[in-house]
Amino acid sequence: MDIFLQQLINGLVLGSVYALIALGYTMVYGILELINFAHGEVVMIGAMVTLAVVNALMASGVDLPGVVVVAGGVLVAVPVCMALGFAIERVAYRPLRRAPRLAPLITAIGVSIVLQNVAMIIWGRSYISFPPILPATRHDIAGAGVTDLQIFIFLLALVLMAGLVLLVQKTRIGRGMRATAQAPEIAGLMGVNVNAVISFTFILGSALAAIAGVMVSAYYGIAHYYMGFLLGLKAFTAAVLGGIGNIAGAMLGGLLLGVIESMAAGYIGDITGGFLGSHYQDVFAFFVLIGVLVFRPSGLLGERVAERP
Amino acid sequence: MNWQRVKSDRRAALVAFVALGLLLAAAPFLVGAGLGNGWVRILDFTLLYVMLALGLNIVVGYAGLLDLGYVAFYAVGAYLYALLASPQFGLHLPVWLILPLGALVAGLFGMTLGAPTLRLRGDYLAIVTLGFGEIIRIFLNNLDAPVNITNGPQGINLIDPIALGGVSLSQSFSLFGMQVPGIYAYYYLFLALALLIVFISLRLQDSRIGRAWVAIREDEVAAEAMGINTRNVKLLAFAMGASFGGISGGLFAGFQGFVSPESFNLMESVMILCMVVLGGMGHIPGVILGAILLTVLPEALRYIGPLEQALFGRVVVDPADLRMLIFGLALIVVMIFRPAGLWPSKTRRREFDSEPSVLEHEQEALYDASR
Repeated sequence: MDIFLQQLINGLVLGSVYALIALGYTMVYGILELINFAHGEVVMIGAMVTLAVVNALMASGVDLPGVVVVAGGVLVAVPVCMALGFAIERVAYRPLRRAPRLAPLITAIGVSIVLQNVAMIIWGRSYISFPPILPATRHDIAGAGVTDLQIFIFLLALVLMAGLVLLVQKTRIGRGMRATAQAPEIAGLMGVNVNAVISFTFILGSALAAIAGVMVSAYYGIAHYYMGFLLGLKAFTAAVLGGIGNIAGAMLGGLLLGVIESMAAGYIGDITGGFLGSHYQDVFAFFVLIGVLVFRPSGLLGERVAERP
Repeated sequence: MNWQRVKSDRRAALVAFVALGLLLAAAPFLVGAGLGNGWVRILDFTLLYVMLALGLNIVVGYAGLLDLGYVAFYAVGAYLYALLASPQFGLHLPVWLILPLGALVAGLFGMTLGAPTLRLRGDYLAIVTLGFGEIIRIFLNNLDAPVNITNGPQGINLIDPIALGGVSLSQSFSLFGMQVPGIYAYYYLFLALALLIVFISLRLQDSRIGRAWVAIREDEVAAEAMGINTRNVKLLAFAMGASFGGISGGLFAGFQGFVSPESFNLMESVMILCMVVLGGMGHIPGVILGAILLTVLPEALRYIGPLEQALFGRVVVDPADLRMLIFGLALIVVMIFRPAGLWPSKTRRREFDSEPSVLEHEQEALYDASR
């Protein structure tokens, strides 16, 4: 039973990070009907920039609490990623808004490759470790352990998601986003600056991605130039699971995928009698993805969209 | 049309055809003499990629089904060859048995992928196929325990080279008193098979099936209304594309003598898709051009090292790192300036060059108004 609780906790923490990234996919898809394949790379850049700042601060010997150092890194990483998100849309998607659908897919792949290789040239091919500056106190809950970091990640993710919902529901730009998602042409006629809304969506999604990147690298203790690919894929799966284009769906899908994955990793050995080990963990995201798309392409909370050409 | 001109056109075509044939026949010797035998090996790989790209072209270019997991079928073919002709299971079956078997098994895998995804289109299909490719790769990576099948991440070694009529292609042979390495023999085998696949692709293009694929690509609902069995025709596209991939995989395993899951990652699928799209989807010469460009360019970019040396006095950035960066930039630039590909077919070019439709005009006006 304590394995169950432990995996539930791990899954929820991981899932909250997936949810943050999934929001970026879902918002862009809601507005442009486009899968931003380069989003995972923004997550990676967020983690890498933060780590670079943190490591530089540590090396320079400043005597600040670890939390402040990490916050400093985040303060650099978030604007960098926002600028990156803006640039990606401007360079790779906007010129192709009316081109055949394959064209933006290829430019997105191009952007991913470029970002990965730029990161590799700057930070090298090896794993960069996160200095152990965050308190790792473990609390005991009914036989399962939970660290301060896990609690913090989960709560921060919840706060950010709540903030996003408020922004989309209550503010003027949020109303513009919803209007553009409904019908871009009509929104334009009604005085919404469609291009500004699209840029804003990319910037917002990238800010969340940057924070998610920091969370992941702090949680696992490492960052790597290639980490964005799998993370992006899983977050996309989460978005599809919840119903792509649906903000609440992305959050639900993220948490659910995190829990499914952790549970699978915890129990797969027992279920298959040791035939499949926990290194099959990553397969589950793909099975979930295929299962959802085949049986319920609209996702848990979404409308029917899969038939769109 | 002027009769005289038709005649001279035909003569010009014949001359060009003969010249191309001579060039293809002499290519390994010219390349080997000019650039060294390492480049003949690259030439062999180029032909493998031409076959792969033509296989994917059936799925993506003709039928418009966006497949990002194509490399899975390449992997199936390669692993089948590796398992049936290596010390792994102690089997050493002949290549002419394995290659058709590889095509068949890969084709079955293609149908397995196609069947549940028939309703999906566009980006969704891309993502599912991507997931499928990754699942295959993860299994290849982990099927070494508790029963060792694929040998896990280490891959399978000592695969039998392809042998024709009892003569192994990996050994050098003598020609006019010259010792010629085995990579030349592989070149001619690959060239023959690539030409066969080109021929099949050409015949398919104008066949009933090929027209049905294009109809589905352009408008699935209309195609169905015209009496096309979209389900069967789509499955056939998946199966055919996959079987070409399976054959190429088998050739790869025999040529390389070694397979590991590393060769079949997503980047490989992306690369093959880029060949098709960058060259000109659905246009065979375009796809071949794409395959040649994308195989040769990254290799040629290795020469950036000496260039940097000459320009800056030292190697600033490792050329191996830089070439993927340039590759990524090239993808973006080409797509922005030529979204139909470098060498699109005449019909597609017409579609892109034609006056924007009324609807597009309106949309443009609206976007402008919103600026």
